[in-house]
Amino acid sequence: MAGKKTKSKYIAPLKKAKGLGSAHEGVDHWMAQKITAIINAPIILWFVFSMINNIGKSHAEFTAWVAHPIHTILLLVMVSSVLYHAKLGAQVITEDYVSRKCLKLFKLIAQKIFFFVLGVACVYSILKIAFMAGI
Amino acid sequence: MAEFTLPPHSRLVKGKKIDVSDGAKNKKVFEVYRWNPADVDEDGEAQNPRLDEYTIDLDKCGPMVLDALIHIKDNVDSTLTFRRSCREGICGSCAMNIDGTNTLACTKDIADVHGDVKITPLPHMPVVKDLVPDLNHIYAQYTSIEPWLKSDTPAPNRERLQSAEDAEVLNGAEGHGPAGCILCFCCSTSCPSYWWNSDRFMGPAILLQAYRWIADSRDDATGERLDQLEDPFRLYRCHTIMNCTNTCPKGLNPAKAIAEIKKMMVARR
Repeated sequence: MAGKKTKSKYIAPLKKAKGLGSAHEGVDHWMAQKITAIINAPIILWFVFSMINNIGKSHAEFTAWVAHPIHTILLLVMVSSVLYHAKLGAQVITEDYVSRKCLKLFKLIAQKIFFFVLGVACVYSILKIAFMAGI
Repeated sequence: MAEFTLPPHSRLVKGKKIDVSDGAKNKKVFEVYRWNPADVDEDGEAQNPRLDEYTIDLDKCGPMVLDALIHIKDNVDSTLTFRRSCREGICGSCAMNIDGTNTLACTKDIADVHGDVKITPLPHMPVVKDLVPDLNHIYAQYTSIEPWLKSDTPAPNRERLQSAEDAEVLNGAEGHGPAGCILCFCCSTSCPSYWWNSDRFMGPAILLQAYRWIADSRDDATGERLDQLEDPFRLYRCHTIMNCTNTCPKGLNPAKAIAEIKKMMVARR
C-alpha cells in the first residue's frame, strides 16, 4: 500500500482495496514471459546437445562452431531470450516476496541493471568469437 | 520479506483437553483453534491462540463437521465462536480450514477425516475470534469490482433477455459456472499469492466474480471492467498455482475464469 498513510486505523476499507488504482499494464509483461518461455524450451535443448557434441573439440574447432552464422544467431537469440525471461521472472519473485518498500525498489532496479549488463557481456562475447574466429 | 512465520503472539499453543465422550465407542477428537482478543495477561497483551481438544460421542451429533461444532458449542463450551447459517453449503458462512483444506464445515463429512479433526480459521486472514476471520478487506475488494449489472442500454419494459446459451456461460453445465460462487473465500485464502499480496491482488474469489460480470451477455461495461483489472497486482499476481480450483467446496473453477480474463486482456490489444 501507499506509504505510511494507509496504516491509519480508520482508513476506509474500500479506499484500501482500491489503493492507488489500476496501473493499466501487465499484459506485455505476461505475454513476454510466455513468448520467451516458448523460445527458451527448444533453444536450450539445442544448446545443451550442441555443447555435448562439442566435448573434446579443440579451441579452434569450437570457436569455428560458434562463428558459423546460424550458430551465432541462435546463440544471440538464446542469451537475449533467456536473460529477458530471467529478468521478468526475477522481477515477479521480488514483487511477490520482498515486502519492505525500499529494499524492493533497490532489488528491482539492481536486477534490471544486472541482467542488462549480463546481456551486453554475452552478446559482446559471442560477436567477438564470431568475428575474430580464424583471424 | 513475505510473512513465512507467524508473529510471536499468533503462534498456536496447546490448549485444554475436554473429553465428553463418556466412554462411547464411536468417538472423535476435534482440535479447534481458539483465540479471544479479550483474553489478556496482566500486561494487557493478548494471549496466544490455542488448540483445544474436544473428544465427543459421534452418535450424539449429526454427520457433518458443522454438526460437531454446534454440538460442542451447545453442550461443552458455549464460548466457541464460528459463523454458520444455512447448514447446506449455500451461504458460505462456515468456511474454515478442516483437516488442512479450506472447505465448508456444513458439507464436510466427519467420516472423510482420518484421525483427529483439526479445525482452524481460513488461513492468513486476521482473526476476529476463534474461527471467525475478518472479511472487511475482501468484501471491500468485492465492492471495488462493482458486482452489479452495468448497462448503457435503456432498461426494457420487461426483463433483460438472455438465451439459454448465454445463461450457461454464467451457470455452467452442471451449476459449476462462475454464478455458482457463494463467496465463502475458501479459494482466495488458499492462494499463496493472495497470502503475500492481498493488499493489491484481488484473489481468485473476486476475479471469479469479476469474470461473472464480464461474461454476462447483458452487461456492456466489459471494457471498463477489464481496465480496472489490468494491473500487475490486481490480476497478474495469479501464477496459476490452482489451489483455488483444488479447494473450492462448490466444485467451481476460479483458475479458468482468471485464464479467460487474461485471454481477453490479450484479445483486446
